[in-house]
Amino acid sequence: MAVSRHRDAVAPVRTSGPVSTWFGRHVSTSVASLKKLVAAPFSSFMIVGVIGVTLALPAALHLLVANALSISGGWEDALDFSVFLADDLDLPAAERLAALIGQRADVGEVTLISAEQALAEFREQSGFGAALDQLGDNPLPHTLVVRPAAVNTPETMAVLRQELESLPETAAVQVDTDWVARFHAILDVIDQGIGIGAALLGLAIVVIIGNTIRLDVENRRDEIEVTKLIGASDGFVRRPFLWSGLWLGLFGGMLAVGLVSWGLVLLEAPMARLAGLYHGNVDLVWLSLGEAGLVIGFGATLGLIGSWTAAARHMRAIEPG
Amino acid sequence: MIRFEEVTRRFPGGQEALSGLTLEVDKGEMVFVTGHSGAGKSTLLKLIALIDRPTSGQVIVDGQSTRRVKRRKIPAYRRQIGMVFQDHKLLYDRPVADNVALPLVIAGAGPRETGRRVRAALEQVGLLHKERQNPETLSAGEQQRVGIARAIVTRPKLLIADEPTGNLDPDLSLEVMRIFRRFNEVGVTLMIASHDIALIDRLGCRRIELDEGRLATPADHVADEEGGSWP
Repeated sequence: MAVSRHRDAVAPVRTSGPVSTWFGRHVSTSVASLKKLVAAPFSSFMIVGVIGVTLALPAALHLLVANALSISGGWEDALDFSVFLADDLDLPAAERLAALIGQRADVGEVTLISAEQALAEFREQSGFGAALDQLGDNPLPHTLVVRPAAVNTPETMAVLRQELESLPETAAVQVDTDWVARFHAILDVIDQGIGIGAALLGLAIVVIIGNTIRLDVENRRDEIEVTKLIGASDGFVRRPFLWSGLWLGLFGGMLAVGLVSWGLVLLEAPMARLAGLYHGNVDLVWLSLGEAGLVIGFGATLGLIGSWTAAARHMRAIEPG
Repeated sequence: MIRFEEVTRRFPGGQEALSGLTLEVDKGEMVFVTGHSGAGKSTLLKLIALIDRPTSGQVIVDGQSTRRVKRRKIPAYRRQIGMVFQDHKLLYDRPVADNVALPLVIAGAGPRETGRRVRAALEQVGLLHKERQNPETLSAGEQQRVGIARAIVTRPKLLIADEPTGNLDPDLSLEVMRIFRRFNEVGVTLMIASHDIALIDRLGCRRIELDEGRLATPADHVADEEGGSWP
């Protein structure tokens, strides 16, 4: 009976192998931590909400920049090159050149503006008609307006420009992309700033989760003391808190992805209207799967860091005595 | 099993809980530690459980000097010892069976092994039928038995108990002592701090009496000299 049972099992506790024990412990601890969070839905939701909003901020700003880049990239593509041809080039030669350039894959359309057309236009628009009549010769060259094809990237645009410039018939190529470049530089600076802001917000999340875990440790002081008293290692005692932090960060990250995507859904219609006004076609840049994973992973990592620091710091203070 | 060699525990204020205490408890013995409150009973048990460390001298448990147990190794050391407390130290957020299972969970036992051992331990303290209840719904005596089941569920060779019957009436106290006695019969070494001399005398075990941190009587004093008998 009872006593003999005792006698037949004086053997040390058999563990079920180091790996499966480790794995099994983590599975059961993670489920238990999850249940604890669900058991206190309001406070859990508050913390997840704070983390979610905090993570959503940099993610949303990043998307804003990404969308601005994508739209303004369209502007750059839509720019035409004005290729001023050499003065001595006659009209048939200019037409042949226009046809030649028009065959290039990276060129969409080539329009030839002859010197006469240009002069007529200028006369009409400038009001210097009488002054122009004083000139014996037409001072204007033939001009090709080259519209690059839509497939171009900034790099191939640069190549195209260079090649147009190096043509023997070309006097000068003009394209006003400087302001676009400047705009992109500004967006780059903002994107860098978002990185720094994200780091600071990440620190805030570590503090938020750390504080939550600290309170949790304080509330479960007795439990920690008793488990330590009967031989629990620091790792064993820490484990449920680490999982709590991990879950909070993970759910916060998921909420952030949800919030950002929802915000884009709300912006889609007004953006389409705006694009319509500019005769453009705007494809919104959404969070890619990788970026969404990054946000969630970032949240989970911060949760783990926050709970680890808090648990390590406050758990040492709790020793049976 | 337990040896104290010139053990002194001095507190920062200068007062000594134990002063040059030397004693020995053999394997398979059941020994009581008695004395007034403040005589050093609790300190003695704390030194064995490595909750506290001696100021000087050394404590040897199962051939191992506690001085050599580093902080990180304390959990593994404690897992070899069963501990019973006056205030039970149960966790009231989980049922009886989970309380008893805790040392096995800490040790990393598999679920089947855990279930089997928990049921065996609860059966030994006569509480198998209450395994799903919350400890809060149990009486003080039953809670203490749950505490004992938790202490013995890993089959430790040594069990220490600090005033395990301190809050119990005489009948319940006797019941608890009988349980201890049964463990002793299968080879477990027990060291129990208690002030219930009448009860100890009925059990007929060796008694170590402390007085202001020293032995009050020779360590080989046997309580049942006058024919005290195990009921």
